[in-house]
Amino acid sequence: MNLTLKIWRQAGPRHPGEMVTYKVTDISEDMSFLEMLDVLNEQLNAKGEEPIAFDSDCREGICGMCGLMISGEAHGPEKTTTCQLHMRSFSDGEVITIEPWRANAFPVIKDLVVDRGAFDRIIQAGGYISANTGSAPDAHAAPVPKPAADRAFMAAECIGCGACVAACPNASAMLFMGAKVTHLSELPQGQPERMARVVSMVDQHDEEGFGGCTNVGACSQACPKGIPQDVISTLNKDLRTALRG
Amino acid sequence: MTDTTVNAGIAHGLYTEGEPVADTKAPAGPIAGKWTQRKFDAALVNPANRRKLDVIIIGTGLAGGSAAATLGEAGYNVKVFCFQDSPRRAHSIAAQGGINAAKNYKEDGDSVFRLFYDTVKGGDYRSRETNVYRLAEVSANIIDQCVAQGVPFAREYGGLLDNRSFGGVQVSRTFYARGQTGQQLLIGAYQALERQVAAKTVEQFTRHEMLELVVADGRARGVIVRDLVTGEIETHLADAVVLASGGYGNVFFLSTNAMGSNVTASWRAHRKGAYMANPCYTQIHPTCIPVSGEHQSKLTLMSESLRNDGRIWVPKNREDCDKDPRQIPEEDRDYYLERIYPSFGNLVPRDIASRQAKNVCDEGRGVGPMVGDFRRGVYLDFADAIQRLGRDAVESKYGNLFDMYARITGENPYETPMRIYPAVHYVMGGLWVDYDLQSSIPGLFVTGEANFSDHGANRLGASALMQGLADGYFVLPNTIRDYLAKGPFDKLAADHPAVVEARTRVEERTTRLLEINGERSVDSFHRELGNIMWEYCGMERSEEGLLKAIDLIRGLREEFWRNVRVLGAADTLNQSLEKAGRVADFLELGELMCIDALHRRESCGGHFRAESQTEDGEALRHDDEFLYVAAWEFSGGDGDGQMSTPVLHKEDLVYEAIELKQRSYK
Repeated sequence: MNLTLKIWRQAGPRHPGEMVTYKVTDISEDMSFLEMLDVLNEQLNAKGEEPIAFDSDCREGICGMCGLMISGEAHGPEKTTTCQLHMRSFSDGEVITIEPWRANAFPVIKDLVVDRGAFDRIIQAGGYISANTGSAPDAHAAPVPKPAADRAFMAAECIGCGACVAACPNASAMLFMGAKVTHLSELPQGQPERMARVVSMVDQHDEEGFGGCTNVGACSQACPKGIPQDVISTLNKDLRTALRG
Repeated sequence: MTDTTVNAGIAHGLYTEGEPVADTKAPAGPIAGKWTQRKFDAALVNPANRRKLDVIIIGTGLAGGSAAATLGEAGYNVKVFCFQDSPRRAHSIAAQGGINAAKNYKEDGDSVFRLFYDTVKGGDYRSRETNVYRLAEVSANIIDQCVAQGVPFAREYGGLLDNRSFGGVQVSRTFYARGQTGQQLLIGAYQALERQVAAKTVEQFTRHEMLELVVADGRARGVIVRDLVTGEIETHLADAVVLASGGYGNVFFLSTNAMGSNVTASWRAHRKGAYMANPCYTQIHPTCIPVSGEHQSKLTLMSESLRNDGRIWVPKNREDCDKDPRQIPEEDRDYYLERIYPSFGNLVPRDIASRQAKNVCDEGRGVGPMVGDFRRGVYLDFADAIQRLGRDAVESKYGNLFDMYARITGENPYETPMRIYPAVHYVMGGLWVDYDLQSSIPGLFVTGEANFSDHGANRLGASALMQGLADGYFVLPNTIRDYLAKGPFDKLAADHPAVVEARTRVEERTTRLLEINGERSVDSFHRELGNIMWEYCGMERSEEGLLKAIDLIRGLREEFWRNVRVLGAADTLNQSLEKAGRVADFLELGELMCIDALHRRESCGGHFRAESQTEDGEALRHDDEFLYVAAWEFSGGDGDGQMSTPVLHKEDLVYEAIELKQRSYK
């Protein structure tokens, strides 16, 4: 298939950016979206133009490194990561716009690459269970009811890609944070720090410049792992309890 | 085979032989007591002194992340580096199936000794007994630690942990978190690491790549890294350096590794004196999605756990190979693994499953599209499992894998059998380490896939996660203290000749890569190298093929340094430049892998030499000649892409607890 691509190019964090139009031809529908960009980059390299910078690593939909706004949708038209999106989801002659995640808390580094360090700092603020190496009791010491274990697992599936932030009109990271809070608060091991955790994480979230949640639900729709919106309710419930003291 | 046979490698002047490795530094005494003894003998560092000691860790996967967190908790000053934008992206995250541990929760006869035995046998008797025993010994602690961190392992209705089986074993000892075990374990280690970053015991450098090791006065004392965002070259010095930088499967271009996985940290250390051990031992994983075309950038693994319930087959008759598989009657199907290996069936070890897939395809009975002259695929069929367990049960066990398959191939695996084919997945080879995980450079430690010691010539499923976390949580923190107790070492000045030399080398190399401005892209060289490696140093190797490969690689490497085109500048994010540096190192590693494969004129595990097979076509070892680890020393070659003849040092493998046998899974 032949496609027209309108791609955001930006030389660096302090440079102005612009949309640039490229044509690609003979694209196979078995290619992944990023392989299509690889083809374009090879063509640019051959012409002496600098290739387009974009992030990807595992290309299996699990590391969370890739993430593009594709024709206005985070990770494009399918419910998956950008790397697992295949060209059979597009049609011949289509015009596709490709942009980086847009959020104040995710500054652009170059072209389609953004800085998501804010997510690491939110985890540093409390997204963990304090258990020094060597201090653990036998794994069977604390059984976990299967429904709680399953819900913890569901929330723990978050890959930290940032699509929820990119899709949110307020650029809020509440789904990302709600997923971590839910994962840890469903487990008996997570109880001792439960209240301190949620307060500290929310403070960090706000400090990073993410917006507030207004229950739009675009985050959950865009999430490649299908994290449901109700993890935000769990977070709010814990936060309310914590703040009441 | 006799001693009078002239080894082809030596005959062609490809390598020379040096002194054998004298000592692996394992304590004396019975195998079950060695680790306890070593922990007791290793010097202690007083808590107040730990904060005066600096440790650098390269890589944030299971081996590096867990080590950084644990050393931070202990109170050392840790700096940890990764090339990704967050430690959580490291490729350990992609491991699907599970993690082994000798918990014996199923009361099915498992024990530390059995896990040890299975791992040594699975490795085709080419791993180091002392290290493997310790791995099995600490395996149970890993599960305890991960559960305490909140890793959401699969549980039964009673709330206790569930287990499943993996290839090469007959007990259920694999703990799992659906098909995302690596992700969940890595997030556990990552969270422990971020906790230490908040506590300021660990400083974390993301989007930083190690490009050179600093060795001063015979000790590893630091690294030169490039900040991938600003392009700045930075020097970081310390009392010890840990490489946890993963494996080099991307030398094959197409592999299940992440796009960025590379050998650079290890190779730079090798060039500075760290021995590279058994580099040719490569794991070709049997259950991957077949190559679909020339555009392919990577291959995707389908977890080995699928072999618990899926049945592998090809048509008995070539004429049926392009038919709809559902129309092929039962009597015309060849469930070849169940036929050849009745006791292990579809759960034979990976090397065997892969080679048999290649064999049936070579016979012209492969399925799927033609690749060259053959169809390269076999069926992995869940029809029986769906009938026996119901679609819902299959979906809850493997749903995410089935979805991934459907997305990549456009086919529905609930209705039609999956097609799979082997792909490069893991490397058992890596930097040589002693019992303490210390390399041949004092002060340089190597953990996880980057080292070589535990998996011999073939790794069993669900053992990579076990080894990464064993090394990082429990082994390295106990052994590195014996070294650190000798420190802190004298501070190195920025103008110390060793620092200046390493920095200059990085700067010159970066400049040179950007100045060549030739005709070909980095990827085109990488793809061509991958084709050479897969053809001649892949699932089957021969003397003739390997000699040819070495010539081809040398030619390609020469062309690379003359004709590669890397655009952009040094002082910004420049992904072409990053790739160019990695491919330049793969072009050197590839040659050493071929030399290693050529010199080892036996078949063992994943290393299959066409000249050395049994009448049934199984791998035939030659213990009389090759019961050793091949540890290669870099012997010089100053310019980029220049390598002199490597020197082979043999470490004899001693089996005291386990009797050497020819492997059989029949």
